[in-house]
Amino acid sequence: MEDVAPEYDLVVLGTGLTECVLSGVMSVKGKKVLHIDRNDHYGGEAASINIEALFKKYGNYGPGEEPWKKYGRVNDWNIDLVPKLLMANGELTNILVSTDVTRYLEFKQIAGSYVQQGNGPKATVAKVPSDAGEALRSPLMGIFEKRRARNFLEFVGSFKQEDPASHKGLNLSKCTMKEVYDKFGLEASTRDFIGHSMALFQTDEYINAPGMAQETVERIRLYVNSMARYGKSPYIYPLYGLGELPQGFARLSAIYGGTYMLNTDIDEILYENNKVSGIKATMKERGEPGDGMKFQTKCKKIIADPSYFPGKVQVVDHLLKAICILNHPVANTDNSDSLQLIIPQSQVGRKHDIYIAVVSSAHNVCPKGYYIAIVSTIAEGSSNHHLELQPGFDRLGRIEEKFMGPAIPLYEPLESGVNDNIFISRSYDATSHFETTTDDIRDIYRRAEGQELVVEGLRDGQNLVAEE
Amino acid sequence: MASRVQQGGRPGGSRFSQFKLVLLGESAVGKSSLVLRFVKDQFDDYRESTIGAAFLTQTIALDETTTVKFEIWDTAGQERYKSLAPMYYRNANCAVVVYDISQASSLDKAKAWVKELQRQANENIIIALAGNKLDLVTENPDKRAIPTADAEQYAKEAGLLFFETSAKTSENVKELFTAIAKKLPLDQGGPRNIRSGPRQGVDLRPEASSTVGASGCNC
Ligand SMILES: Cc1cc2nc3c(=O)[nH]c(=O)nc-3n(C[C@H](O)[C@H](O)[C@H](O)COP(=O)(O)OP(=O)(O)OC[C@H]3O[C@@H](n4cnc5c(N)ncnc54)[C@H](O)[C@@H]3O)c2cc1C
Ligand SMILES: Nc1nc2c(ncn2[C@@H]2O[C@H](COP(=O)(O)OP(=O)(O)O)[C@@H](O)[C@H]2O)c(=O)[nH]1
Ligand SMILES: [Mg+2]
Repeated sequence: MEDVAPEYDLVVLGTGLTECVLSGVMSVKGKKVLHIDRNDHYGGEAASINIEALFKKYGNYGPGEEPWKKYGRVNDWNIDLVPKLLMANGELTNILVSTDVTRYLEFKQIAGSYVQQGNGPKATVAKVPSDAGEALRSPLMGIFEKRRARNFLEFVGSFKQEDPASHKGLNLSKCTMKEVYDKFGLEASTRDFIGHSMALFQTDEYINAPGMAQETVERIRLYVNSMARYGKSPYIYPLYGLGELPQGFARLSAIYGGTYMLNTDIDEILYENNKVSGIKATMKERGEPGDGMKFQTKCKKIIADPSYFPGKVQVVDHLLKAICILNHPVANTDNSDSLQLIIPQSQVGRKHDIYIAVVSSAHNVCPKGYYIAIVSTIAEGSSNHHLELQPGFDRLGRIEEKFMGPAIPLYEPLESGVNDNIFISRSYDATSHFETTTDDIRDIYRRAEGQELVVEGLRDGQNLVAEE
Repeated sequence: MASRVQQGGRPGGSRFSQFKLVLLGESAVGKSSLVLRFVKDQFDDYRESTIGAAFLTQTIALDETTTVKFEIWDTAGQERYKSLAPMYYRNANCAVVVYDISQASSLDKAKAWVKELQRQANENIIIALAGNKLDLVTENPDKRAIPTADAEQYAKEAGLLFFETSAKTSENVKELFTAIAKKLPLDQGGPRNIRSGPRQGVDLRPEASSTVGASGCNC
């Protein structure tokens, strides 16, 4: 085994999406990167795993049983651990295109975006209307409300900061979203689906917070523009699962000289004058005899996921998540092969929305005839978590298998990292898309490099493909 | 992205197919050098790792009407600490597993990579074994650490194509890739497990507006 270099600009710990994007970007920008993961696979918490590995992770079967055997070839399954989708016009898509990582991946649309109105037996599931025309056809609103919603969506669509005529007398950077909704006379149930299934807020805090109107309008525009991009939903998804994303960025990093080591434990973090100065680590494959390969290397900075620095992070929330295997499409979703369904909190007497993300064999994540549905929300109590997800399970009908562990702690770093040069990412949150992940990526880049991350034009002048 | 097998008839009956080819083998046996020789007909004695060039294409004309395009994935050094991602093997149609005929241990490593391929890649992947740095033993026969017959015997048992090559002098490099091209299923209805036809997914480029390829959407 070759020796590890004596010094790196940057050591990255954990191969989740956040870490891999940063590793890729830093390598492209000329930094010498060593990227380590203690696991034997890429992706960390953001991996996609096969059905045998999923059963083993949750341990929900008796001794001697091999329940995965009834689900066909285990490797035909790529089950995401983090349920998220890409906004077609979102920042992750932008980064993928700018770095040419799209070369290694293939994307498909998510077939539909739905929202629930009402609760219990009276619940309706309907498509989220995304333009004025759809608003007029939507069963979510009565006849007069439809027109008000159309007026609102037309306002959002034509809003231009530099054109006062498009402002309708509202000062979005100062007013609250409540004032905007009031201006258009929208009913509570309409505010609910606009705020939660288009602006994708998880709670109602945005409504009365001053200055949030501008962001809300921008979020709705992102939704509408993403929707307009491919037509069926605002979301896209990589074939073979989300675990392909970190792998793609890791490859980008490697192509630009990044060194990759899986199966590697960090034995010690070295410091000089309160700043990180290096690491001691051991690479050893599972089951491999001997002590493995011990090494030490210097580094100026570390970027890591929270699991590598338990003493430098705090828990901010707990995520509830159940991975469900179905053998039928979800009712009232036009037999879609994939979808997002949002249950806004107020519809079911909660403070946080419940999300359902469904993908299927159309995305090469399971054999034909199966559907993978992930139900998730933020925990509001410390027990009976199953009941908190129940409104989601109610939408799914018969469930073949359900994988649900204890509430998952979500971490954030205690410090920015500028003091010790250790920059820690946040856990993947409960949002249904990657926009907060890319916010974190940008934030870490800013903390670590002292400047904004610019990805546009990253690949200019970089010729990755030889002429034929 | 074009990592899909594309097969198409052209007017006049010519055939064009595209295949993903991956390289495997221990570090420093000459994988990147073989690619560089095949794609650009170059060789560099002092080249360190291949920065920014791990995705190359090259086309071979088998005869007047048949062309095969290889989309070549180099390891980008991720083999060094056994950290290749499943993505690398995914949908690979063919592989070149390389060893260095002047390094005794490198054939055993190559055998381990063949096993890994059989575990991770398509079951009908075509594998070629390449004993590289042939020029070293042509110059000085004492440098040979692996007898041709040993490797040949192994390749035969394992059902692999076999060549001794030199990326430096280009000996057998073209022959190696041509032999693979000839063994690939060029006809329609070729191997299972391979998605044929144009890309089925969405195009993410900003200028691309519409959704799916001609044969695409099966929803
Ligand atoms: C000589 C010396 C000087 C130090 N100087 C400073 C200083 O100036 N400033 C400072 O902030 N800290 C310093 N430290 C480190 C400090 O003592 C703490 O270890 C550090 O703050 C992290 O504490 P923790 O509780 O997060 O990590 P611990 O839980 O104590 O774990 C130690 C570190 O190893 C990581 N780790 C544990 N297990 C694994 C694994 N299996 N794989 C990968 N990583 C793993 C953890 O994430 C953590 O970062 C110094 C340590 C030593 C030995
Ligand atoms: N003499 C000789 N040297 C070679 C040959 N192929 C590669 N090398 C050298 O071997 C070293 C490693 O080659 P490289 O292509 O980087 O190996 P890789 O790590 O397998 O990609 C480089 O110094 C090359 O110049 C060959 O055919 N003959
Ligand atoms: Mg190489």
